[in-house]
Amino acid sequence: MAEYNEMSDEVLRERTRALLEEAHPEKCDSVTFRRAQYEHGLAWVHFPEGYGGLGLNPRMNVVVYDEITKHSKVVHHDPGEAIIGIGMGAPVVLTYGTDEMKKRLLPKIFSGEEIWCQLFSEPGAGSDVAGLATSAVRDGDDWILNGQKVWTTLAHISRWGMLIARTDPDVPKHDGLSYFILDMRAPGVEIRPLYQITGEAEFNEVFMTDVRIPNSHMLGKEGQGWRVAITTLMNERVAIGGGGSKKKGGGSAPLIKLWKDRKPGARSAAQEAILRDKVTRCYIENELLRMTSQRARAAQKSGNPGPEGSVSKLAHAESLKRMWEVAMDVMGSDALAFEHGYELRRSTPGIDTPRGLAKYQFLRSRANSIEGGTSEIMRNILGERVLGLPGEPRVDKTVPWKDVPRS
Amino acid sequence: MPIDMSFTEEHEELRATVRAFLVEVSDEQAVREHMSSERGYDRDIWRRLAEQLGLAGLIIPEEHGGAGASFVELLIAMEEMGRALLCSPYLGTSVFAASALLACADEATQKELLAGIASGEKIVSVAWVEPNGRWDLAGIELQARAKDDLWELDGAKSWVLDGHSADTLLVVARTDEGLELFRVDAGAEGLSRELVPSLDLTRKLAQIDLAATPASRVSRGDQTAALEQVLALTKAALAAEQVGGAEKCLEMAVEYAKTRLQFGRPIGSYQAIKHKCADMLVQVELAKSAAYNACFVAAGEEDDLLEAAALAKAHCSEAYFLAAAECIQIHGGMGFTWELPIHLYFKRAKASELFFGDAALQREIVADQIGI
Ligand SMILES: Cc1cc2nc3c(=O)[nH]c(=O)nc-3n(C[C@H](O)[C@H](O)[C@H](O)COP(=O)(O)OP(=O)(O)OC[C@H]3O[C@@H](n4cnc5c(N)ncnc54)[C@H](O)[C@@H]3O)c2cc1C
Repeated sequence: MAEYNEMSDEVLRERTRALLEEAHPEKCDSVTFRRAQYEHGLAWVHFPEGYGGLGLNPRMNVVVYDEITKHSKVVHHDPGEAIIGIGMGAPVVLTYGTDEMKKRLLPKIFSGEEIWCQLFSEPGAGSDVAGLATSAVRDGDDWILNGQKVWTTLAHISRWGMLIARTDPDVPKHDGLSYFILDMRAPGVEIRPLYQITGEAEFNEVFMTDVRIPNSHMLGKEGQGWRVAITTLMNERVAIGGGGSKKKGGGSAPLIKLWKDRKPGARSAAQEAILRDKVTRCYIENELLRMTSQRARAAQKSGNPGPEGSVSKLAHAESLKRMWEVAMDVMGSDALAFEHGYELRRSTPGIDTPRGLAKYQFLRSRANSIEGGTSEIMRNILGERVLGLPGEPRVDKTVPWKDVPRS
Repeated sequence: MPIDMSFTEEHEELRATVRAFLVEVSDEQAVREHMSSERGYDRDIWRRLAEQLGLAGLIIPEEHGGAGASFVELLIAMEEMGRALLCSPYLGTSVFAASALLACADEATQKELLAGIASGEKIVSVAWVEPNGRWDLAGIELQARAKDDLWELDGAKSWVLDGHSADTLLVVARTDEGLELFRVDAGAEGLSRELVPSLDLTRKLAQIDLAATPASRVSRGDQTAALEQVLALTKAALAAEQVGGAEKCLEMAVEYAKTRLQFGRPIGSYQAIKHKCADMLVQVELAKSAAYNACFVAAGEEDDLLEAAALAKAHCSEAYFLAAAECIQIHGGMGFTWELPIHLYFKRAKASELFFGDAALQREIVADQIGI
């Protein structure tokens, strides 16, 4: 267990007020404020001093947030696009980066000035990401990178990428990987949009042809890439799996609104009753997730965490999909229209009607059970790591990677 | 304010004590023995449960001889009892009847009957549902008749928990003022009680017929709102019991999946089985959240008990049934036998799902409560 510095809530509140005197969210832009927040060690208080933190228990982060909202109507939240950097990039840099890297990279992750992406998945390696084929070959102080990544969210606006590549194809797959930080502007990096079910392109294909990457940009040692990647993946599931709204009824509010605003007379009484039951089920499922994260928090506080935390990624993904399916049923024939259209584009600005949003989410939520570990993989993990069931016989664990069949 | 669902060290001790006691008195052999008796439970165990552990009067205030504990302690006891499949009048007497007395009865009745329940000497049952089988309050048709200064009851009550052996029945009936609570003691004139062979072997149910049976009215005025609360409290406690049973089914399934070999490997290494177990785990964890939430709500001041209890009953019923049904499937032919205890859980699961109204009815209550 990590040792945390002691600091009373009151002292932390005082420090937050000192920050607000120097930079106030109502009077400056997000980048300016968040730079100052970092300088004061109030970015992520559980990080060490000098790296945007104060070495406190992560629970204390809410104290800072609470004090800021007390004194400011404007809050500069984590910018949406900085999520990968903040959620996954920062912890991995903190754990494995050199002092110089931390000083160079962490402030701009937090301020949102530099966006990060995760270059793990490949056409041939998704769930089995450790089977990836992108190669890195040593050349003096550099590594030469060749290969293709796919599904890379935000690559097109990213400054840095977290990348795993194969540095040794002659050993079993987990042992031949190394972890790098890739400069997305490096020559030989080519990024193409990859359009998804909604017509948008949140993600990309990234092609790397003879890209040079300095050895100093390796995190962890050569051949230890998998271990470093695990840090990233654990944080990804925490970032995605958080699960549900904190407010009673919060998660299902959009569905309840659609139900209340439904067209009168569009169905028989019997059909209404069936649909009402489906809507109620969705409400209940959302409440169950909310209660479960509440219970997880209580269990964590008492130092007795059980499996309640690990079930939420799976439960959340599956119930979100169901909720938006029911939302389509509630809209009935009106859901036949898809107003914002499917022209291929980077993103869809201004879907602001409840109906438009529901139709969009009906499509977007399919990814919930794919990204960050598919529901099947999550069931394997629950079965094996939580319940202790035996793993499957494996054909790929002891064989050199180059001899493992690949699609 | 979100509810803080934390347990204290005392809570953990209570859990350990109850679990150890149940391991001693309610192993599988004991359950089979008790369920095949006419009474349906063992009187000595019941007495020990009351006297040694103070569980019979757990939620009864100290002034009436109880432990004065809250629904948080109750949920712990119920979860453990559900896990051990304890055969006892606990749900009917210590939860349902005790809650009804606390909510609806006059002081003299409370004083006498609550003390009797807490000491383990009296079994009291609520006679609620009627042959029409409806669990909502509109289903109660039995009309109480005032006769001189007394009251008389004519009609029938069905599915009364331990109704055949209870010392006292608390009959819910209509008066001009609304729904009220009447007391009928064993041996009353015109009272006939018949044990009904029940799906769930571990809980005894009786059919009650009342023919001009003298009864004392123990409430004053319409109890509709109070009875709704009583039903909600009892459902919250039952949900905790369902969680205990579901957890046990999951454990049995996982244990078997680890040890049963087919095609040269443990069946739990096949995803068809592993994923069933994972899905059971998810549903059981969600059920725990719902049951704990309902009991913490019942223990506190929050005003959304009706919703919380119905929500918990809806989900815990389905989760328990899923866990029991999949436990059978994962055991293959063995799961289908009388010899293994899984069928006892399976039957308890279905019966407790139907008792107090099935999941669809509970969802209807949730829908009404959230105004959709
Ligand atoms: C919206 C979105 C954003 C994403 N962003 C990123 C990103 O930024 N960076 C990144 O690196 N990746 C990203 N991904 C990729 C994501 O991590 C992968 O899609 C995911 O891991 C699944 O891999 P796959 O698509 O290759 O499917 P596959 O792994 O080929 O799976 C196909 C099917 O087989 C099942 N399956 C596979 N293995 C098993 C098994 N052992 N047991 C049972 N079933 C199995 C899967 O569950 C699935 O149903 C993103 C994906 C999406 C949808």
